Order: sequence, then C-alpha cells, then structure tokens
Amino acid sequence: MTENDPSQPQTSAIPTPGLSAPAVGAQDPRLVSRRWLFFQAALAINALVGVGLAIPVIRYLLAPWRKDSSYKSWVSLGRIEAFPTGETRLAVFKNPFTRPMDGITDNVACYVRHVASDQFQVFAVNCAHLGCPVRWFPQSQLFMCPCHGGVYYADGSRASGPPERGLFTYDWKIVSGELQIFAGQTPTLSNSAKLVNISIGEGESPCRG
Amino acid sequence: MPRIKRTQRIYDWFERRLQLEGPIKDAALHPVPRETASWWYVFGSGAFTLFLFQVVTGILLAILYVPSAGEAWNSLNMLNHQIPLGWYIRALHGWGSNFMVAIVFIHMTQVFLFGAYKYPRELTWIFGVFLLIATLGMAFTGQVLRFDQDAYWGLGIGISMVSRVPLIGGGLVHLLLGGPIMAGATMARFFDLHVFVIPGLLFGFAGLHIWMVLKLGINEWPMPGRIVRRSTYVEEYNRLAHEDGIAFIPGAFWKDLAFSAAMVAAVALCAWLFGPSGPGGPPDPAIIQTNPKPDFPFLWIFSILAYLPPALETPVILVAPVLAILGLLAVPLVAGEGEKSWRRRPVAVLAVAFIAVGWGEFTQLGTTTPWSPHMDAWSSDPIPVRYLRTATPLVREGANVFQEKQCRNCHAIGGLGGQRGPALDDVATRMTRDQLRFKVVTGGGNMPAFGKNLSAPEIQALVAFLSTLHPANERPAYTPSRPYLTNSPPQAPHPSGSGNSF
Repeated sequence: MTENDPSQPQTSAIPTPGLSAPAVGAQDPRLVSRRWLFFQAALAINALVGVGLAIPVIRYLLAPWRKDSSYKSWVSLGRIEAFPTGETRLAVFKNPFTRPMDGITDNVACYVRHVASDQFQVFAVNCAHLGCPVRWFPQSQLFMCPCHGGVYYADGSRASGPPERGLFTYDWKIVSGELQIFAGQTPTLSNSAKLVNISIGEGESPCRG
Repeated sequence: MPRIKRTQRIYDWFERRLQLEGPIKDAALHPVPRETASWWYVFGSGAFTLFLFQVVTGILLAILYVPSAGEAWNSLNMLNHQIPLGWYIRALHGWGSNFMVAIVFIHMTQVFLFGAYKYPRELTWIFGVFLLIATLGMAFTGQVLRFDQDAYWGLGIGISMVSRVPLIGGGLVHLLLGGPIMAGATMARFFDLHVFVIPGLLFGFAGLHIWMVLKLGINEWPMPGRIVRRSTYVEEYNRLAHEDGIAFIPGAFWKDLAFSAAMVAAVALCAWLFGPSGPGGPPDPAIIQTNPKPDFPFLWIFSILAYLPPALETPVILVAPVLAILGLLAVPLVAGEGEKSWRRRPVAVLAVAFIAVGWGEFTQLGTTTPWSPHMDAWSSDPIPVRYLRTATPLVREGANVFQEKQCRNCHAIGGLGGQRGPALDDVATRMTRDQLRFKVVTGGGNMPAFGKNLSAPEIQALVAFLSTLHPANERPAYTPSRPYLTNSPPQAPHPSGSGNSF
C-alpha cells in the first residue's frame, strides 16, 4: 500500500482531471495559448504521420486494381484434335494468374466450339446476365443458364431470357497444333463487354436477317 | 461476520478502481414508462444477444476453420464429419445467423410501427439502419465463407452486379476479388470482412445505438393522439417515465432476458434438429453442373433479377439499393414529429404490409425459381402414358423430339418439367398447327428459335405431337379461313381430332 493508493477511503476527492487546467487558463490566456499551440502542433504531427502512412496502406489496398491486360496471357487448351469439328466441348484450364493459396479455384472452364477446320469459337461459361455457369445441350444446340433462365444459341448469341448480350468470348489462336486462348480474368460486363453493341433478340434465327 | 466484511472489502477494492457502480446503477435503475415493459420491446436486446452468440460461435468455428480457398471446403467437411459436435457448432452459427437477420428485421418493423424513430431518437434509427446493412453484410460474407459451389457462384452473381457500375466497375471487381478471378485472395478478404471489419462496425454502432437508448429513454408506448413535438416531447416523456415509471431492472428487463434465453434455446433446437447448412459441392469452377442459389436473406433479390426487363436491370441494380438506403435514413428526418401510433399512420402500416408481402412472395418464388429451366427434365420426366396411348407413329416420334430437344426443360407436361414457358397440356386449344410450327421455328418472346436445330421431319413430328395436346372434349384451335383456301367445304375439326390436319 503506497501513499497514493486510491483504495484509501481517506483520499476522498475523486480525481477530476480537467477541472483545474481551465481554471488556470481562464486566469492566464497566454499560458493557454501556448498549451493550445503545443496541442495543435501535436495534432498536426499526428496528421502528418497519418497521411504519410496512409499512402502505402492505400497503395497496398488498391494493388489488385490493375489493367485487364496485365492479368491476361495466352493459355493452351490442348491439341485441336481434342475438339471435333462441328461440336462444342467443355475445356478446363489453369488460370494464368494464380496465387499459392488458390487451391482448385484457379481452374477455369470454357466452351470450345470447333466451327470448321480452322475456325473456332471459345466461350466463357459465365452467363452474360449474372455470371452463373451455362450448360451446353448438344441435342437442341443451346446453352442454358440455371440461375435466371438465360438461353444462348450454339454461336453464343442470345436466344432468350434476361441476358443483354451473347456469351463472352475469348480471343484464340492456333500455335503448332494447339488451341490457345487469351484468358486470365472472370469475364463480366465491365471487362468483356466494352465496345460491344448490346442488342436484344438477335439470335441465329432463320427468320431474322 | 468477518466473511461478509472481507467480501465487501474485496468489492470495495475493485470498485474504488473501476468506479463502475454508479453508471451501472444509473443504467439499471433508470425509470422507464410503465407500458414499455412489454413483450413488443424485446427484439432489440434479442438481436444484440444473437450478435454476441454469433461472436462466440464464430470464435469457436475459427479454431478449426481454415480461411483459404484451397482448404476452406475441406475444413468445413472436417468440422461436419470428423470433429465431435463440429457439425453442431456450425449449425449453431448458421441458425444463429438466420435468427439474427429475422430478429433484426422484426425489431426494425416494430420500432417503425411504434414511431420510435421520431424526435429525439432520429440518430438511433439511423445507426439502426447501419446495423441492418452490417447484419446483411455479415450474412453475405458468411455465405461466401461457407466456401462451396453455391458460395462460389453466389459471389459470382455479386461481382457481376458490381461490374455494372459505370467506368470503375472493372476496378471495383478487382478490388472485391483481390485479383482477376475468384480465388485465394478473394477468400482472404471476405474472411477479413466477416471476422474483423464488419463485426467491428457492428460493435461500434451497436454500442452507440444502446448508449442512445439509455440516454434518451425507451420509446414510450404510442397512444393515438399523443403527438410528438420538439418543444414539449422531452418534458412529456420525463413525466411519463418519472411519475408513472418503473425501474428498467427488473421491471422491463426480465422480459428481455426471458426472450433472449428463449431465442438462444430456439437456435440450439433448430441447430440440433436441422443441422448445419452445407457445404455443398466443392468450389471447383470447372464443375458447372450446379444450380446456385443465395441464402434466404438474399433470395428476394435473386427473384427480382429474374423478372427485370434487360433494359431496366443495370439501373435497378445500381440505383435501387442506394434509394432504399437513403429512404430508410430519411424516415426520421422527414417524419420526426407527429403521431406515433400505428392506428393513426395508415401509410406506415400499408408500407410495412406491402414490403412484407412483396418480400415474402419474392422469397417464395426464389425457393421454387419457376424462371429457371429444369436442366434434367428432358431426360428424367416421362411423357404421361395417356398422351401416347392412341398416338400415331408420327406423334410418338414428335414426343421423342419434344424430350430430346430439351423442350421439357422449359415446358411442363402432366405437371412435370420446367415452368419457364407455359405448360403444354392443352397447347393445341390455344394454337393452330401453323402457329405451333411458326413458334417452334422462330421462337419469340422468351423462347429460342429452333428452326436451325430441328430438321423438317423433326418439326413435322413435333407439331403433330403438340397438336394432340388438348382435352378430349375440347376442340383444338383451328384457322376458320383455312378450308376456303384449300377449296374444301368449311368444316370444324372433330373435337377428338388428334393428328387431324385442317
């Protein structure tokens, strides 16, 4: 038990910081102005340190915000013989941009349509409406989306339902017998739909020009 | 009584240092209007109890849960199947979440109908709106942490919505995902949000919310005709609380305590009876045989997105939430005075009823998703035998085409099949053969055109089958002018005319 032990009931006065200082300040304005000067200077130093630290923190937080092209590169989907002419097949590739903790989530699926001998179409599985995976039905030659019922024709154009446009497509090329696509990020309306003229109801219908 | 003296001495030692007795006594014994000791006033404390319950069960889960895209799904399955009662802790957290969302909405409805947001409690309501948003944020991020197929594609829906923001949509998607695709970095930041950021906000806002309830007093029971005016309200309230009031503890608080206990018991029971939710299939983006659906707090959004016309989608997705939140925030600023009683506020009651019915209806639709094709209907739902008993070979072939070309995925027959398009049990009474053929070939409305995907014989068989689909005692549709074009005498088709040409 020290002399300052607050448990001593004798020290009855509850510490009331802040009562005495303004009283002094009221008597001597110069003293207060110096204290306030120090206070404001200390605040300013804090603000300075805060701003200085905020810059690297914000840079760190914004790190993923990059140009689309910086995430993309050419990926091989395998030999073109794996995609018979006239058919549409599901292909799976590893996303070119990965991190060690990705696990199976860096798998990406896409549909490869072998139109003619050296003509391909590669579609993202993501519905252009809200990104759900569309399913290919070879019998009716349609892609159907399980979420809100978007339907696309074999060439990826919109057939019906809520999507505003056809399926997203990947750029492709053939390099020494392998089909390569330019991939790397989840296609959405913001990164794959630029400069695409969105028109409704333009399917591969024999009755529409 | 040396023992009591010693206890008292220990208590004094702590109290001398903590000095909590005064504030706690003030809070516990402050007088509240007599009628507020009501079962209607228990939902706020109930929501807070559930929040604490979620914190505790969340900490318990975090002992074993691995917040990594590669391991989360495995660790959830380990919790479910290998850790004794791991499934139960998961179920407690999941059901606690369901209950918390429900109680927060009930609490909000109650304080809205009781006019509790009016002067001087405007800010209490506004912080309450923040708490609602944070609670929904917890529900959504929690759904992502249950890292299965539904979580994966559900988040995909989320980023598709964000991507519609003009100009910066792409950048926002990158920020949300922590990279170009939904993967390891995505998982980590949703864990961060769910476990640190949003709970921190919840603690902060809930603390201020409760502080204001203590400082401003519990909203008095609204009486028709007792008008809130800024000039007189505080005085009137103090009179109610002090002259006809009771101490908060035990007068009112025992009901809060009892309700909280009952609710935790209900969560425990639901968790025991119904178990944890998921995880469903592994979050492998290469597995596309999936039918993603959000958890119940977001089913209504899922439904609305199915019904919006394409042109309205982006404006509604981006503008409606902002308007809704601004509207909620504006309620106390617009209607800060006046009647509190729901008996004198028909618009408020109507608004609540409208929102409740709309929410219920959209949620119900979200559970049945009549707009989605049934992906397996074409191969799993048979054509009812009665439709084929007297069928010609051509009609049977048409039925084959109907199944094989996935027509069944969108059109039900005999009550089975998709509901995207109309059921076709009596389609022949609505459309003539020519109309059927035209519709099949060109599609239209919500139907794809099948002209390219069906051969001429297939179309002929399909139309032959469809034109038999009418009740036996009802004549199929026909074109009255048709007989004149073919120079034969006018004659309506026979009511049982399956396979007839006309």
